[in-house]
Amino acid sequence: MITRRCFLASAACAAPLLSAAGRSVFPASVTVEKAGTVEARYYEKLPNRKIRCNLCPRSCVIDDLERGYCGVRENRGGTYYTLVYGHPCSLYVDPIEKKPLFHFLPASRALSLGTAGCNVFCKFCQNWEISQSRPEQLEAMEIPPERMVEMARRENCPAIACTYNEPVVFAEYMHDIALSARRQGIRTVMISNGYIQKKPMLDLCRSLSAVKIDLKAFSERFYKELVSGELRPVLDTLVLLRGEQIWFEIVYLVIPGENDSRSELTSLCRWIAAELGMDVPIHFTRFYPQYRMTNLPPTPVKSLQEARKIGLEAGLNFVYTGNLPGDEGENTWCPACHALLIRRLGYTVVENRIKSSLCPECKTTIPGVWK
Amino acid sequence: MNRRQFLHTGSMIGLGTCLLPNLRQAAAASTPGQARVVLAAAGVDPRQPDLKVLGSALDRGLEALFGRPAPRVWASLFSPRDVVGLKVNCLAGRGISTSPILVELVVDRLRTAGVNPGQIIIWDRLNADLKRGGFPIITEAGRVRCFGNDVAGYSRRLFESGSVCSRLSNLVAETCTALINLPVLKDHGIVGLSAAMKNWFGAIDNPNKYHDHCGDPFVAETCSLPLLRDKIRLTICDAITAQYEGGPPCMPQWCWPLQRLILATDMVALDTVAWQIIEDKRRQAGMASLREAGREPAYIRTAAGLGLGIADPARIEIVKE
Repeated sequence: MITRRCFLASAACAAPLLSAAGRSVFPASVTVEKAGTVEARYYEKLPNRKIRCNLCPRSCVIDDLERGYCGVRENRGGTYYTLVYGHPCSLYVDPIEKKPLFHFLPASRALSLGTAGCNVFCKFCQNWEISQSRPEQLEAMEIPPERMVEMARRENCPAIACTYNEPVVFAEYMHDIALSARRQGIRTVMISNGYIQKKPMLDLCRSLSAVKIDLKAFSERFYKELVSGELRPVLDTLVLLRGEQIWFEIVYLVIPGENDSRSELTSLCRWIAAELGMDVPIHFTRFYPQYRMTNLPPTPVKSLQEARKIGLEAGLNFVYTGNLPGDEGENTWCPACHALLIRRLGYTVVENRIKSSLCPECKTTIPGVWK
Repeated sequence: MNRRQFLHTGSMIGLGTCLLPNLRQAAAASTPGQARVVLAAAGVDPRQPDLKVLGSALDRGLEALFGRPAPRVWASLFSPRDVVGLKVNCLAGRGISTSPILVELVVDRLRTAGVNPGQIIIWDRLNADLKRGGFPIITEAGRVRCFGNDVAGYSRRLFESGSVCSRLSNLVAETCTALINLPVLKDHGIVGLSAAMKNWFGAIDNPNKYHDHCGDPFVAETCSLPLLRDKIRLTICDAITAQYEGGPPCMPQWCWPLQRLILATDMVALDTVAWQIIEDKRRQAGMASLREAGREPAYIRTAAGLGLGIADPARIEIVKE
């Protein structure tokens, strides 16, 4: 039985490197005028100084001096600029398990960064103070890609995680970090909602080492009403990732009464099995009341365990529970012989028995990026 | 009721009597169930408006709106204790921004009504916007100040109204007790019309989230945020130059010298009239209507449905001065 103290101790290994979310120890020296000097890469010019953004499926058409839905890209005289390139507002060293990525360099540390902005508007957002802000509303640092990589090396982080807000909105920065990191033997991972167009995602696949997709529900209704987005493009991204053979995992935040019905979860798990394969890990994580959804209770433990059961019944090999420290659903089990492979406690790996990607008992290959 | 409760209640009544202007007196001189919108002629050079001519238009406009002399209107709308925020619209730069001369006149009238310079704040979204519109940034106490929300910051608290959930500029949430809306009149490429109500997108931290569906219902719901709605005393729309296509940036080829100030206390009525002006001009220019262009400002009717004002043209009295 895990105690609250044990859990807090395990959670505490998420160490702030430079800042707390949205707050920086650096002075707010980065103004929007100064920040907007890097041209965006995914857009087209239209008549009368308008542009169309081709980064996410919204395809915002933006007039001169206006910004897109994300709030961090601005049309200046018909040229589109990113206002967050090189300007993270949050920087931490986190365990990779916090992302969560369970089949990617277990127990490693990831230098984790986020900027202002997001291309959706989730009513349950846990990082809304940065994701729903515009760059000028937050204190930001000035860290070019090369310096970010140098910091990761100095902090003994084998990975850099683009996370906290939605990394799609800082795609150019993430891409350049990933390229620079790769040259130094450091991997870059993207913790994303998957709401991105095909071309930028394909480009990112060339430089990233892993992706985690927040699949927020398996219904368009949910996406429309609670996310202000669409499900279909996210599913398309998942299929694309599968085709590109980049490592990816899925997180599904189970929200009571909104996306937790047996039929929805069954449809989801069957779709994953059919379209993505049995080996894609899925994490059913616990919702806590946040932002605009403080009227709901936290997800009952039973619901998470039931969701996991549905996933296993659908034939998925790696179905986890999340935000539920001490639950057996945190552990990795061999799909062939059911041996315990990785024992976790919150974000801490207590024991890892995988050797050379193999189950030590039956020698089954366990999918993932293990070293 | 005990003595303490009585004294508390009594003191609140006293405070209201002493400090707040007599808003009933200040109400625009329209009959119940109707709204009045004044189009005051302001025949000035848009590039260099004459202070006297524009001042005269402002005073005549207010007199026509309220049915009494302008100095009495200002005194009834604003108390010397008020901290008055003047929300301008400078996004598009000098070509189609609130005229600094008009703002200077409003400041002058407020001072005459007894509001100290240190209690007057000219503001917009960003310092950069204000500079583009020709306003110097001033933050020193004791003077008329002028700065953007990037200086003022936003409330920590979230404010909700229907589908809108935003942080308000600290100027609205905390600093100001009264607001004057000083928008411009222009076409908007997404929401159709940018005039009175749309100007308040500059008071929230996340307007980028609220342009879908031609801004409907978001513009209306933003304006119905109680803390904002209850502080707005007057709208004076700078339509010396207006723009009927290509907004929100300034497109000189679609600007024309309307040479009017549009005044109202009912933002919905003002926007209804402003919409008609834009449509008339588009028709004259052989352009499609905003509906045909796919950007009818339906948020105006939504605002009326929310009880923010009157959108029925039959119930709007248009006074040309």
